[in-house]
Amino acid sequence: MSRSEVLVDTEWAAAHLEAPGVVFVEVDEDTTAYEKGHIRGAVRIDWKTELQDPVRRDYVDKAGFERLLSGKGVSNDDTVVLYGGNNNWFAAYAYWYFKVYGHSNVKLLDGGRKKWELESRELVSDTGPRPKTNYQAKEPRTDIRAFRDEVVAAIGKDNLIDVRSPDEYAGRLLAPAHLPQEQAQRAGHVPTAKNIPWSKAANEDGTFKSDDELRTLYGDAGVDLRRDTIAYCRIGERSAHTWFALHELLGLGNVKNYDGSWTEYGSLVGVPIEREA
Amino acid sequence: MANLASGCGAPDQGRDLSGVDLGSETVVQGTVTAGGKPAGGAYVRLLDSSGEFTAEVVASQEGRFRFFARPGAWKVRALAPGVAGEASVTAAAGQANDITITLG
Repeated sequence: MSRSEVLVDTEWAAAHLEAPGVVFVEVDEDTTAYEKGHIRGAVRIDWKTELQDPVRRDYVDKAGFERLLSGKGVSNDDTVVLYGGNNNWFAAYAYWYFKVYGHSNVKLLDGGRKKWELESRELVSDTGPRPKTNYQAKEPRTDIRAFRDEVVAAIGKDNLIDVRSPDEYAGRLLAPAHLPQEQAQRAGHVPTAKNIPWSKAANEDGTFKSDDELRTLYGDAGVDLRRDTIAYCRIGERSAHTWFALHELLGLGNVKNYDGSWTEYGSLVGVPIEREA
Repeated sequence: MANLASGCGAPDQGRDLSGVDLGSETVVQGTVTAGGKPAGGAYVRLLDSSGEFTAEVVASQEGRFRFFARPGAWKVRALAPGVAGEASVTAAAGQANDITITLG
């Protein structure tokens, strides 16, 4: 898979704002940034209220995804360009999610909202709704999503990549350092998981590193890319960023995102945990 | 307050510390300025003592930012269109450790 099929730069985006069949979608957990300013014509998706099931812990089901995209005015044959804040974590999660439900043409804006802002590009605050569509999702793919039993089975056997910050991996912090640290789950990481923070796959402006740099990053960290790989973080969006780097940019078909991640694993009874003293 | 149903997104940086038990947190916070004025909207990243990225937030309109770290040495780096700046801090537990970052 070539990089240009899955990733577009800000210049391409600026030149395609009015292009027919191209829909920009801003995705974030906190969508107040969208209200203050967004890429012209972009619709928004709220990660928390629109992509997550409101009752049980899971993403929304197929019918829910169809309702969501129909309401947003996205058609099956549209090219969807996703971007967001937080270094595209939630946009990468949404990308993974669009792939789970079989959307054929979806791309990530390299660098996301940060790169766009750092280049002082246009932001508007008054995008109206798109006409509704009748979106049809495919049955969810399971080859790119890992569940807890697969993670336990992968210990000491397949690649496990913990993409959280070194302090979270070590068990010194329980959440990213912009959040209070009071959390329910145990601290630490899955035994044999390698700590390769998501941020190592990105440049300071939020863009992805080159394919060669990515191969060197994971290779030097001792990840045998020929083996199956599961990436996890705390809740599944930072690991979606790493999943994108491995599965989409490097074209590795045997990589899964474990969206249960540490908030699930660190709460399981009886599973092994490693923690630095 | 973070909970299990929430993601890891950076929260609004303008809020106060009510509801947060400061006694168990190591807060690194401060203001980003450019030309003597608050640099609202700057991207502020917390780097550990080895320079490794730990977290990033967007400064409030008043240029404020806040991290929940652990005791020790940290660097805070800020980015805005065409400018950058950074500052170091040795954070202590149970208090708010304040720093100012000047962009230039």
